[in-house]
Formats: sequence, C-alpha cells, structure tokens
Amino acid sequence: MMDKTLDKTIAQEYKYGFETDVKQHTFPPGLDEKVIQALSEIKQEPEWLLKWRLKAYRHWLKMAEPGWANVKFTHIDYQSISYYSAPRKKSAGSLDEIDPEILETYTKLGIPLNEQKMLEGVAVDAVFDSVSVATTFKDSLKKAGVIFCSFSEAVKEYPELVKKYLGSVVPVTDNYYAALNSAVFSDGSFVYIPKGVRCPMELSTYFRINAANTGQFERTLIVADESSHVSYLEGCTAPMRDENQLHAAVVELVALDNAEIKYSTVQNWYPGDKDGKGGIYNFVTKRGACRGVKSKISWTQVETGSAITWKYPSCILQGDDSVGEFYSVALTNNFQQADTGTKMIHIGKNTKSTIISKGISAGRGQQTYRGEVKIMKSAENSRNYSQCDSILIGDKCGAHTFPYIDVRNPSAQMEHEATTSNIGEDQLFYCNQRGISTEDAVSLIVNGFCKEVFKKLPMEFAVEAQKLMEVSLEGAVG
Amino acid sequence: MIKIENLNVSIENKEILNGISLAVKPGELHVVMGRNGTGKSTLANILAGKEKYKVTGGSVNFVGKNLLEMSPEDRACAGLFLSFQYPVAIPGVNNMYFLKAAVNAVRKSRGEEEIDAVDFLSMIREKLKIVALDESFIHRPVNDGFSGGEKKRNEILQMIALEPKLSILDETDSGLDIDALKIVAQGVNDYRSPDRSFILITHYQRILNYMQPDFVHVLMNGRIVKSGTMELAKELEEKGYSWIEEEMVEIT
Ligand SMILES: Nc1ncnc2c1ncn2[C@@H]1O[C@H](COP(=O)(O)OP(=O)(O)OP(=O)(O)O)[C@@H](O)[C@H]1O
Ligand SMILES: [Mg+2]
Repeated sequence: MMDKTLDKTIAQEYKYGFETDVKQHTFPPGLDEKVIQALSEIKQEPEWLLKWRLKAYRHWLKMAEPGWANVKFTHIDYQSISYYSAPRKKSAGSLDEIDPEILETYTKLGIPLNEQKMLEGVAVDAVFDSVSVATTFKDSLKKAGVIFCSFSEAVKEYPELVKKYLGSVVPVTDNYYAALNSAVFSDGSFVYIPKGVRCPMELSTYFRINAANTGQFERTLIVADESSHVSYLEGCTAPMRDENQLHAAVVELVALDNAEIKYSTVQNWYPGDKDGKGGIYNFVTKRGACRGVKSKISWTQVETGSAITWKYPSCILQGDDSVGEFYSVALTNNFQQADTGTKMIHIGKNTKSTIISKGISAGRGQQTYRGEVKIMKSAENSRNYSQCDSILIGDKCGAHTFPYIDVRNPSAQMEHEATTSNIGEDQLFYCNQRGISTEDAVSLIVNGFCKEVFKKLPMEFAVEAQKLMEVSLEGAVG
Repeated sequence: MIKIENLNVSIENKEILNGISLAVKPGELHVVMGRNGTGKSTLANILAGKEKYKVTGGSVNFVGKNLLEMSPEDRACAGLFLSFQYPVAIPGVNNMYFLKAAVNAVRKSRGEEEIDAVDFLSMIREKLKIVALDESFIHRPVNDGFSGGEKKRNEILQMIALEPKLSILDETDSGLDIDALKIVAQGVNDYRSPDRSFILITHYQRILNYMQPDFVHVLMNGRIVKSGTMELAKELEEKGYSWIEEEMVEIT
C-alpha cells in the first residue's frame, strides 16, 4: 500500500514557480576582480568594503569546495553564473518607484508591499535577485530607534556599524561559500536594535530569486545592543527551472549583554521536479555570537525547499550565562538532499544550549543531521540538550545522524537523544479505519512530529509552515 | 446491515478463510468464537479493508454497497468500525486531535458541518465518563504508553464518538479487569439500538454475562462450523472446541 500511495503522492506542486517579466540589469556570467570592482562601483561602496571583498575573493581562489557533506551534485561552474542582476527601474526609494510587476510578484507570494495591504505587525524587506526593492514600516521602526534597511543602504547610512560588525562572526576566510559570498554579496538586510529597545514588530526579509543563471548572494547582519530584543523571519522562493541555481548567503547575528535575537526561517526555494531536475542549491552560513552576558540567540528553521541544503545555523556562547537554541524541521521529498544541523560552541560560564532537530524524509530524499557541541575549558557548568528525531516515509529515502561532541570541561552536563521511526502501514490503516484519508493521516503524523518546533515560530508563520509541510508532502503517500 | 457470502481470503498464498457466510441484521449482536489462529482477526481486518489480504472469492454487501470495492476510509465513513485487537500507538499525535479529525472526516462524508472545538470537547467529556477514562487521556498521544485495558477503553471511546452502524469488536474484552469489563460491556449495551449492529469476537463467555447476543458462531478451519445462541457459548466455555471437531467428523 505504501509504495502505491507513495508514488502517487510524489507529484508535488510548487506554487511559487512563476517568473516575473521585468527588465533587469544583469552582469554577463563570469567572476574575476573586475566583476567585483564593477559590483562595488554600482553600489557606490566605500574603498574599505571593496578591499574587504577582494581579500575574500583572493582567499576563495585558494580554497576548495567542501566535500565532507553527505550530498551529491555535479561540480558548479562558477564562471557560468552571473553575479549581479537587478530590476532596471530605480528602487529602494518610495513604493511608487517600484516596477508594478515586482509589486505584483510579492502580492502573489502573499507579501503585499503596498501600505494599505501590508502584513499587520510585520515589517518586510523585499529582496529581488541581487537587490532590496522595498522595506516596509521603515518610518515607524525609526521612531522606536530600530534600524531596518537593505544592506546597501546600511553601508551608506551607517558605515560605522557595518564596519564594526561585518565579518565579525563569520570571517571572510570561514569557509568556501562564505568567502565567495563575502566577495560578491549584492544585498540583504541590516538590523540594529539600540540599547533597551524591544523591537515593536516582527522583522522579516523575503528573498526571491527571479533571473535565470544568476546566483543570489545576500548578507544579513543583525546587531542587538544591550538589553534589546528582536524577532526576525526570513522566507524564500524561486521560479521553477530545469537548471540548478546557487544561493550562498551569510547571516551574522550579534547579541550584546542581556539581548535576545530570535531568528526564524521558512525556506521554500524551488526543490526541483519529481525527477530531481532543477532546484536551488542552498549553501548558507548562519552564525550568531552571544557576546554579552545573559544574551540569547534562538534559531528556528523550517526547511522544505531547495534541491540541496547545506546549512548549520550556529551559536558562539561567549558571554557568561548566555543561551543558544536550535529548532529545526527539515523535509526532503523526491530527490532532495539536506545536510543540516548546528554548532554550539560554549565558551562562557553557565552557558546553555538546546538542539531539537526533526528530519522528515520521503520519496528518495536523503537527509543528514550534522551537529557539533563543543564545551571549551572556560565554560564552567555548561549544559547541552540535544534531540534528533527522524521519520521516514516509504523505503527509498534515508536519514543519517552525525552528532559530534567535544567536551573539555568536566563540569559539563550533556544529554543526547535520537530516534528514527517509520510511518507504519499499521498507523496509516488505523487512521483510515477511523475515516481519515492516508494523505491527511500523514500530515497528522508529521505535524505531530514537528509540533515542538512549529511552536517556536511566530504565530502567523506557524500556520504557514504547517500548510507548507502539507504541500511539500503532497504525493509522499496517497 | 452486512451480508458476507462464501468469502475466501488468503495471505501469502495461504488460505485462511474458506467460504465464510454471515448475515447480520440491524440491531443484532453476533458473537464469533474460535481457537487462536483460526482467522477471526483476519475476518475483522478484511471487512475493515486491510490491504495485505487477498480475497479469492465471495462477496460482502454492507448497507447496500459492495464493501470489497471501497477504500478503508470510505468503509469507516459508511459506518463500519473496528475495535482493534492490538490498537497501534501514534506518538506525537494528540488523542483529541486525532479523534476530532476522525469525527470530522466522518461528518464531512455525510455532508455535515465540521464540529467546532468547544462542542467537540463537551461531547468528548460526556463520552469519557461512559468509558471511565480520565480527561488526561485525550491530551496524550494516541495509545502511546496506554495500558492494555486503557487502549481497549479508548477504542470504545472512539466507537461511541464516531457512531458507526456496524461495530466489529476484536477481543475488546481481552486483558480487561473485572471492573473494566463491566464498563466496556455497559458502554456497548448503552450504544445498542435497533439500527446498530455488532460483531463481537471473543474467547470468553464472561462478557456475555453482561450483554445479550442474538447469535453465537464458531469459526474453525476458515469457516463458520456451528451457530447457536448464548447456550453454545456456555457449552464452549465448559467443553472447549474439540467436541465440535468430533461432531464435524461424524457428519462427514
Ligand atoms: N501477515 C501474515 N503472514 C502470514 N500469516 C498470517 C499473517 N497474518 C495472519 N496470518 C495467519 O493467519 C491465521 C489467522 O490469524 P488471525 O489473526 O486472523 O487469527 P485469530 O483467529 O484472530 O487468532 P487469535 O485468537 O489468536 O487472535 C494465523 O495462522 C496467522 O498466523
Ligand atoms: Mg485475533
């Protein structure tokens, strides 16, 4: 029964796969120092940033693509990618300067940018290919002292802040994709929450890849000053195309004394078709530094899209009593592959980390949890709790778990739990016998499995995430 | 209600049921007894639509429909309920949420509106009393960590919430303590009505002290070899099954 239903349900539909027809300014494919100079020039960047990019680029040239991840793909030809693509019409100014086609795109994606229709209580930075096209609620945030703008704007308006924190969590030399990003990043979001401010609304960035044969390399930097609080969410979609497209982002978070950053991701990049053709390569470096005492960084991710996902949102727990959290749901269906997890580096005293990872594999999906918990010598009385659960739907998929634990202080308390289970025929039959269809039964079981993580998402998005899971699982069992 | 005619069922080329015929009218309670491994659960599962069995002959008509052509969920929605001999656990799925999904699926198939959360909760509270389960049970994952007896009472809870026309109770009385047995029997009795039927699979005459069966059947060698009333169950309790075997030899 499983096989029959499985094969039937795997025909999933990706409803964000449309393309927007706008005139774009796109660099010809290829990468060298001239391209980086041209990019920096278009963005009217200061000298130091260009130097920073070139340093990254020169380092990148000496590096090799990492081969340790449990994912398979053909080598990426970095000279065949275009490193900049932006709508021709001027943007980032007022909304009426934006191409109506683009406004329409975001409306279709469920993120209206018009003042009248904006999502209540959520400020959005809309990134279209290489540039930010609009940021909503900017003025009301400004009143609260919160800076939320595109990265390009931040470089112009707040150069000191950018200079101070850019690359301070993920150095340009960190890894292959981070180095590449540092060299060619085009835009992204910047957030600064001043001392003692609780950001009055959810901040979110919506990433959209539109142009073909381009890579998206965005950069997000969030700084939460002492005793501040912010909740941030990113969403992503892309058109359906037969070619793979590269998305190599870097996200850096800095939390100072008593500050808290909650970072949520609902990743729904185009996963490729049911035969594994096309889809986004999502190679992302995300890291947060709990620099201050009692600071807290919490990552929540729901990863349903992308052909390949390679990401490990991590926390460096420097400040005493700081807290790091990682809550993850990753789903791989059809031919999707994901190698994801987290790193928790305990440096300060009494630091605490929690890892809850839920992996769902269906179709021929392959999924790896890879996590590292490191307790440094200085991290007296530190604690970690890790729980990694996998659920398999059908017998053609796989789940793998690689937890690395490195404890250098004997006062550490570590707890690790892991389970792997199947959605059993008996469970499905039990549900069927009570009148529940197999498809509903699967989503009931999967939602039950993910509940703990969904609970961590901001309310509005928990519902979205649940729906997304249902769509992504469509066809997994029928 | 249901009419089973000359049903033949095999699993992995092994014939298990060979020529079962049984007709249950509305309001009737039929008891099916028989030795371990004679195919009682097989019969229950095949009626509920479990796929791994193969029907090699015969027919089943349920409320005017060809049952064997229907999907398991359609059978459930049409009013067929199976209380499982071994109810499976579904970790992570809240019992109440599950029950609500089931009730709404059945209602939807009848063209009725979905029940809202408040009405549902008060309905379930009433039914919990009938099966003497604590409210905490509906907030736990389905059957997860439930004791044997709790699972059986949870099955009955589902039955009275889903309001089926035909309930097949596969050894719902096994593993129950004396009080629980009375509770389950009482639950079934209260649920009996002229338009609801039951097929009760059991090994013990004990539960029949609390309810009035219309017929008692003995399943042997894949078919019903003897039918009678309450008296037959008592006789089986005293003498076991071998005398029936002997009787059969005499006949043939
Ligand atoms: N999946 C299977 N593969 C092989 N044989 C099976 C399978 N399922 C059931 N059987 C066999 O079918 C026969 C009937 O089993 P069934 O569970 O219907 O018996 P039962 O009458 O309910 O017994 P009990 O009183 O012990 O519950 C048994 O011999 C059993 O081993
Ligand atoms: Mg049985």
